[in-house]
Amino acid sequence: MRTFLKVIGGLVVLGIIALLAIIFVPVQRTPAQTALADDWQPEEGHGEYAMRLSDCMACHTEEGGEPFAGNRAIESPLGTIYSTNITPDEETGIGGWSLADFRAALYDGVRPDGTHLYPAMPYENFRHITEEDVRAMYDYFMNEVEPVNQQVEETALSFPFDQRWGLRLWKWVALDDPGFVPEYDDPVLARGEYIVEGPGHCSACHSPRNTVMAQAGLQAGDPEFLAGGEIAGWTAPPLRGPQSAVRGWSEEDIAMILGTGRNAHAALNGEMQLVARDSSQYFTDEDLGAVAAFLVGLNDDVEPVAEDPGETETERLLASASPDMGLGARLYIDNCNACHFVDGRGADEVFPELAGNSLVTAESPRGLLTMILGGSQLPSTALRPYRLQMPGFGQRLDDEEVAALASFLRSGWGNSAAAVDAATVADTRASLE
Amino acid sequence: MARTDPKKEVVIVGLGWTGSILGIELAKEGLDILALERGPDRSTVPDFQYPNVIDELKYGIRYGFMQKPRNSTITVRRTLDETALPMRKLGSFLPGDGVGGAGIHWNGQTWRPMAEEFRLRSYVEENFGADLIDEEMTIQDWGVSYEELEPYFDRFEYMAGIAGQAGNINGEIQPGGNPFEAPRSRGYPMPPMPEQTDMRLFREAASAMGYHPFPRPAANATQAYTNEYGMQLGPCNYCGFCERYGCINYSKSSPQTCILDALKRYENFSYRVNSEVLRVNLAADGQTATGVTYWDEEAQEEVTQPADMVILAAYQLHNVHLMLLSGIGEPYNPQTGEGVTGKNYSYQMNGGTTLFFRDHNFNPFAAAGSSGVSIDDFAINQIDFATEGFIGGSYITAGLSNGQPIRGISLPEGTPGWGAEWKQAIGEWYGHSMSIGSHGSNMAYRDCYLDLDPTYTDRHGRPLMRMTFDWKANDIRMTQFMRRQIEPIAQSMNPDSWRSSYKSEGARYDIRPYQTTHNVGGAIMGTDPNTSAVNRYLQAWGQHNVFVLGAGAFPQNIQYNPTGAVGALAYWAADAIVNDYLPDPRPLV
Repeated sequence: MRTFLKVIGGLVVLGIIALLAIIFVPVQRTPAQTALADDWQPEEGHGEYAMRLSDCMACHTEEGGEPFAGNRAIESPLGTIYSTNITPDEETGIGGWSLADFRAALYDGVRPDGTHLYPAMPYENFRHITEEDVRAMYDYFMNEVEPVNQQVEETALSFPFDQRWGLRLWKWVALDDPGFVPEYDDPVLARGEYIVEGPGHCSACHSPRNTVMAQAGLQAGDPEFLAGGEIAGWTAPPLRGPQSAVRGWSEEDIAMILGTGRNAHAALNGEMQLVARDSSQYFTDEDLGAVAAFLVGLNDDVEPVAEDPGETETERLLASASPDMGLGARLYIDNCNACHFVDGRGADEVFPELAGNSLVTAESPRGLLTMILGGSQLPSTALRPYRLQMPGFGQRLDDEEVAALASFLRSGWGNSAAAVDAATVADTRASLE
Repeated sequence: MARTDPKKEVVIVGLGWTGSILGIELAKEGLDILALERGPDRSTVPDFQYPNVIDELKYGIRYGFMQKPRNSTITVRRTLDETALPMRKLGSFLPGDGVGGAGIHWNGQTWRPMAEEFRLRSYVEENFGADLIDEEMTIQDWGVSYEELEPYFDRFEYMAGIAGQAGNINGEIQPGGNPFEAPRSRGYPMPPMPEQTDMRLFREAASAMGYHPFPRPAANATQAYTNEYGMQLGPCNYCGFCERYGCINYSKSSPQTCILDALKRYENFSYRVNSEVLRVNLAADGQTATGVTYWDEEAQEEVTQPADMVILAAYQLHNVHLMLLSGIGEPYNPQTGEGVTGKNYSYQMNGGTTLFFRDHNFNPFAAAGSSGVSIDDFAINQIDFATEGFIGGSYITAGLSNGQPIRGISLPEGTPGWGAEWKQAIGEWYGHSMSIGSHGSNMAYRDCYLDLDPTYTDRHGRPLMRMTFDWKANDIRMTQFMRRQIEPIAQSMNPDSWRSSYKSEGARYDIRPYQTTHNVGGAIMGTDPNTSAVNRYLQAWGQHNVFVLGAGAFPQNIQYNPTGAVGALAYWAADAIVNDYLPDPRPLV
């Protein structure tokens, strides 16, 4: 018995020591992955471009706020996280940070004082950013961004998520090796892979989360990489596999939607609109092409969608204008048909296709319901400035009607997603209010 | 209360078609621009959102998108010896207000005038003798030729995304198009709208009589389209709510669908709504404008806005009003014929025949504003004015723009206007009528003009503008001629009955029934400062930093809807400003 207590006591002491160590022993920072000369200087525009690739702006800028001054509320499953001020302001921003401090935030998710950053900051992906891009971004933030003195709202998650030291344990599980080693020899594909896996941090939304809420795939070779996720009530659709949102799309289609928010098939919705607004519309044509080539490559094993399926049963039903058609079909004619038409194929770059649309057929109907209830407005981009907007129909349709309409869309024109019930609509409606 | 705001390089008065075109073309040059719009801001969502805007009572009858006479109106009289009275209710024409202006609530018919129309006086004198133009008729040449404007028509049509069938490409006649049109450098950017039943019946009848039917050029998109600014249109769905409504569907060309979001990306461009310009301020010597003064509705104060250049891009009536109030050009005097501002106000002479068919169902609820078939066999360049005894012409056209229940149902002659019989007739005839219209020119006359009213003032204390206008025998002869062409076509279609409505001898102008919002003239362009208010680049003769856009520049009215010419002139003027005026600001002529 005594021995047992001793053992227990010993274990407790060890545990405490380990815990204290986890909390107080400074994190070993990941060093630069490439040795660059001390006098290495980025080319003009490199830093800003690397920032665009990494989309720092969308999260670190409040709607209507000063660029990079933080305070944007990011809804996470753990609670609301407020983004930080990353302007070079000495007091409230990152003005006092060294290059090593900056790199540690990107690679290891730690602040200079050792505080762990919540993984809303996608250091799982930013670990793969090259040293050149890190240095260029550091230079950009320190020398080109206007300092803004703004204290941001403190992030106050509930217990146990407020115990940031626990993130150290999480990182042991979640983080993979730093640096970037491409799967592809082809320089275009490798460039695309780099942008997608590293700065572009596509996987942060488009990969599912595993049991500890880490990204279930970080690299092209991981089967769960870009296999689909969910963010802020919207679907971040799979970008590979049988449900791939880009199934059958050409490289031009993908480059177009990233560059302008719209293409011949679909329009960006939800959080992805911010990506086009602040990040991907600024990509060079070469980089858009590289990302597109990489994503098309990820989908080369997927059965493409038939370009023209001919007249479908759904189209015949709608065109019959029969008063006997079901509620969902009737609501479609009364509310949706004007733009999306009886064939569910809309019009290139203006009215998205509903047939095979990943938002419509997503496993979770929430994104679709959010769209029907609240509508959506495309961002203005240089190539396509029009902020085309679908109005919300939440005022016009009750929960039963939205459920019937959504179920019709999810089963029309060859779509085969599960029906939606009114309770799910009510739930989604409540979350929008 | 009053304030003075920091100087701008350009101030644009009005943010409709012309204000938007000048705005974006000058914004590209990096100029610091402020546009002032007297009405509210307007966007497809929420202002034209489905289904809210599909409301005939609110927008069709109660003029939801139009100016309110209590805020802005004119006085009207028909002859010099009448006393003008304020128009307290809109009727004959419907000027809009708000961002997009009339560009949001038009039907979308987008024509090019005939080459002959740009030099009408010369054309008549050369071909029929100067005697044909009597002293009272004050028609003029425009000072710019069709050939000069062709690239700008092309630019406007490709920017706005017009659906149509060319009839003459570089002199080669195209099958299915208008063989009488002036040559265009290429076809329309979109295929024409498909043919509906009434269109087919008219086309067949017109063809059988040897005429040359062609689809109307339409600013209603027939396919997805992206223009030079990257702005987009989606295909029209034939909802039947074009004129008086904003388009629910991104299908009707408008400043909103074609320009504004692209324009708003320029950081050197800004605009203020609910800001009505009261006058253009001139320098002490009167030779240049120093900016404008406007009423800031939100702040409830007058604002002085200094600017290097002033672009008047309001509706025709308001541009002329501002010129009269600001001393831009000498006001026209009908007694002496001297003065230029307000001169040659003219309108549009229209008529039509309605046909009733028991056996045809035209489904008028599935319609678009510009869907239709026309013939130009009686157009200005096809008529022997000396033989026929008038100057002018019309296009003749069939097409149903809507099947709206309050205004859109025609009933045969003799049907009571109310009660059980009316009700029964509505049931019997809805969808069974079509019409053949004549859309005709209107000449300019010595005593048809605009000036400041001696008695009535607006809410800002400014004199109202006075319109003196009446129908004249020449134009009535023209429309009666058209009647004689249309009725045989109608009869050849074997309707169960038909009724005609054309102005006949002695007809007087009546501002109550809607006729058309094609008010033109008053700020006419030309080559002589003694007979025109602006030069061939739409630059004020007396103040070189003032440009006056819009249909006010037409020296008399064309036989077509004005927007095509308004758009081409806007690009023509923008080109002159950018390439000629900005490098060396001065009178361009």
